[in-house]
Amino acid sequence: MALMRITSPHAHGPMSTQRVMQNVLLATVPGIVVLTHFFGFGTLVNILWGSVVALACEALALKLRGRDVGFYLKDCSALVTAFLLCIALPPYAPWWLIAVGIASSILLAKHFYGGLGYNPFNPAMVGYVVLLISFPLQMTQWAPPRGVGEVPGLLEALQACFMPASYDAVTMATPLDVLRQNNSLLLEDLWKETAQFGRWAGIGWEWVNIAFLAGGAWLLYQRIFTWHAPVAMLASLALLAALFYDGGSSASGGSPLFHLLSGATMFGAFFIVTDPVTSAVSLRGRLIYGALIGVLIYTIRVRGNYPDAVAFAVLIMNFAAPFIDHYTQPRTYGHKRGEHKP
Amino acid sequence: MRKIFDFHGGIHPPENKHQSVQRPIAFAGVPPELTIPLSQHIGAPAVPVVEVGQRVFKGQVIAQPKGLVSVPVHASSSGTVTAIEDRLVPHISGHSAPCIVIATDGKDEWLPDIGDSATPDFEHIDKPELLERIRAAGIAGMGGAGFPSAVKLAVKPGVQIETLILNGTECEPYITADDVLMRERAAQIIGGARILRHIINPQETLLGIEDNKPEALAAMRAAVADTDLQVVEFPTKYPSGGEKQLIEILTGKQVPSGGLPSDVGIVCQNMGSAAAIYDAIVLGRPLISRITTVTGDAVREPRNFEVLIGTPMRYLLQQAGYEAGKNNRLIMGGPMMGFTVPDHAVPVVKTTNCLLAPTEAELPTPPPAQACIRCGLCAQACPASLLPQQMFWFAQGKEFDKLEEHNLFDCIECGACSYVCPSNIPLVQYYRASKAEILKLRRDHEKSEHSRLRFEARQERLERAEREKEEKRAARKQAAEAKAREASSAGSGEQDPIAAAIERAKAKKAAQSAGEDSSSELEKLEKAVVSTRKRLDTALAKLREAKDQGADHIDALQAGVDKTQAKLRAAEEALNAYQLANASTNGQNDAGAEQPTSDDSAPSAAQAAIERALAAREAEAALPPQERARANLEKLQQRLASSRAKLAQSRDAGEAEKVIEALESSVERLTEKIAAAKQQLQDLESA
Repeated sequence: MALMRITSPHAHGPMSTQRVMQNVLLATVPGIVVLTHFFGFGTLVNILWGSVVALACEALALKLRGRDVGFYLKDCSALVTAFLLCIALPPYAPWWLIAVGIASSILLAKHFYGGLGYNPFNPAMVGYVVLLISFPLQMTQWAPPRGVGEVPGLLEALQACFMPASYDAVTMATPLDVLRQNNSLLLEDLWKETAQFGRWAGIGWEWVNIAFLAGGAWLLYQRIFTWHAPVAMLASLALLAALFYDGGSSASGGSPLFHLLSGATMFGAFFIVTDPVTSAVSLRGRLIYGALIGVLIYTIRVRGNYPDAVAFAVLIMNFAAPFIDHYTQPRTYGHKRGEHKP
Repeated sequence: MRKIFDFHGGIHPPENKHQSVQRPIAFAGVPPELTIPLSQHIGAPAVPVVEVGQRVFKGQVIAQPKGLVSVPVHASSSGTVTAIEDRLVPHISGHSAPCIVIATDGKDEWLPDIGDSATPDFEHIDKPELLERIRAAGIAGMGGAGFPSAVKLAVKPGVQIETLILNGTECEPYITADDVLMRERAAQIIGGARILRHIINPQETLLGIEDNKPEALAAMRAAVADTDLQVVEFPTKYPSGGEKQLIEILTGKQVPSGGLPSDVGIVCQNMGSAAAIYDAIVLGRPLISRITTVTGDAVREPRNFEVLIGTPMRYLLQQAGYEAGKNNRLIMGGPMMGFTVPDHAVPVVKTTNCLLAPTEAELPTPPPAQACIRCGLCAQACPASLLPQQMFWFAQGKEFDKLEEHNLFDCIECGACSYVCPSNIPLVQYYRASKAEILKLRRDHEKSEHSRLRFEARQERLERAEREKEEKRAARKQAAEAKAREASSAGSGEQDPIAAAIERAKAKKAAQSAGEDSSSELEKLEKAVVSTRKRLDTALAKLREAKDQGADHIDALQAGVDKTQAKLRAAEEALNAYQLANASTNGQNDAGAEQPTSDDSAPSAAQAAIERALAAREAEAALPPQERARANLEKLQQRLASSRAKLAQSRDAGEAEKVIEALESSVERLTEKIAAAKQQLQDLESA
């Protein structure tokens, strides 16, 4: 037998891109379970339909680009995009909304830029923002959580998705929305008077965030990503919230705990900000990247026109990631700090 | 307890060391044929000193070092030299190189005088002598690179070495050669360490050993018990055994980029090299064998062998129960940094620490690479704190300046990045290829720079020669003019006809055609400005390029640019001054040029005549007086002859009396002159 001639290293570690993606999918499960518990089957239906569309779009794009469809589909990256976007979409969204969002994510944000690894913007967030700007009405309709309103069943969820015309949606403003529009009540009174507030934040939302935090912590334990970006984001968000808490006055931006456990905070911190392709690379760079996302999230939530801000904050910082990378190149062994002049 | 430092990154691949340490070191035996490469070290290959057909003894020098960074090669066993030719050698490129082939006779007979130079009390030998003996024993770093040990130990005078480090890390998976050496031959290593300490006189001597070798640690600790050598244990992590990493672990210091360990007061040696140095000095034996691990699932009895240098790998593998059918690739070294060998006939050399014969299941063929998702695992694993994913990006795009900016050349090619890459990207391969390409570009650039400098020097030389010629011509002309003027003013009656002619021509020229001359002067100045500016532009471009590449000769280029700038300024000033000065005269010239000139050709003809006359006079002036007198006489005689001929002609033709009289008188004058000239010549000759 002829001897194989290849260069070192000959050994390879156990990690594979496919495994990274599968781990991320697995880590979303607790969050999806809690979302389903509080808001019904809407999110699950989103994910199922979204995954089908995503795989179809991915296969189509790979075929058009002349790539090995089977080989690249196996990396599961399209599924991750579908899961992330569908978790971010309001439950009971119509099928076409999901399809447009997924197509924007997979085709526009990913394959137009050269496919996995080459996209400068987070595909799921591009899909989300395309929808938010194009269909603001459908994108801001959240179902009331269990305990506040009636939670629809699986059949109703399917009906909402595939026969949206015949479905009568029950919607309610999210806690972030309520807080943003409040300018007369002290926070204490707002909490008493509004049905959807729970102990620290919105009913259901608290647990959704804690579930995503748990999933993220597991990914950290699995060393899928480093702590730098998510922790920096959460820290800067909490810090700003603490600075502008204002003792809970009517002009308060909300308490740090409220911000940490509201909307897409934890989901964003552990599943969006950590997207390696579109974030800064060096550890110092990731600290800066995460911290600035936290600042933007708080600013947009409190001052901006949109109730939640993760998507915009992340996309803006995606722009800045190469710039951050340029200035945070780590000191190489045997070089002096600051020796590298950019 | 000594403080241990950590280095950035690193990985924990499966160690797979247990397979080969179950059995003690065994002698692999004398193979029927030894193939001994002339270059088993970094540096110039050795030069053969034996002939085909010659019988050699074990330990006999068969090739002598060439140059400073080189070591000799010895016969590993006794036998007959059968060939000196190119054979496949273990090298990453898989190429062939000159080898000496010995058919062994099985007697394994030592050179009779081997061991004569054995000196157990080495303290009495001075340092250069010890270094020479180490070199003569053919010792080159046995850890992998094979750098001649004597060169490494010859620290520059004036450099104080604080720490001598003996590297017993052996962080590569599978390899246990140093491990078993330390277990079984600790005394030999310590003996070598004492010689090394004697040579470089450090303040401390550290023996760094990873904590995954408890038996080796125990053996070494026992061996250093009564000495001031320190055994330092530190946590297992790949690549702790890299020289730079080990230095950081033990001392917290980093070797400056592009520098040597001695720059921070450290010298590193391999355990195997220390043992070989002991053999060389204390026993007087050259390096003819080494410990090699033979392991992998394709050998039935993985273990360590003492192998004669030059033993074909096939022979060695057979000793360990090699199953060729199960083996997909044969690796010299470990799975992280080892390289595949092309053939089983390749010989074991001084740097062969391991032969790894894995099965496909053990080290699978790498799957096709997927896209980089910039996960950053590689950056976390990189012991040099590089950003491998960025470098991969730049390597794909062949952005070499960016690669150098990201310190590509600080990559030690340990393979940690490729190991952790979830997308199976062969990162190290990209870096190796990029390094090679950059080095090639640098060489090409140097070459073109060299030829450019040569070309410019030549141009300058030619210009200078031209200028000098021009100046000399002008000086001569001036001198002649001055002389003529002197003559005309001094000898009031005897007006020099040439000087007068010059004056006339000059006056005419000044009045008439100064414009032509000045315009050519103007052109010359303008041309000078343009060409200097062009040179400045190319110099600037070159400087910019050099700065981007961080080349070494930036200073020289900068100096060149400055000089060219100064030249340009000077040229521009000269041009300006000239233009100012000629602003008025040009106007006049333009007006003068319109006048029809009847005697257009006259001045040039006159000029030519003057020039001829001047040249003749100069030629005359150059001659010695005697010669001049003789020439004068000859000329006069010629003139007399022609005058007589004219006179005869005139008489025959019956011309006017006046004419004939004039000719007669001229003949008379010439006869007188000839007499005078003859007299002068005689005077000169007699004087």
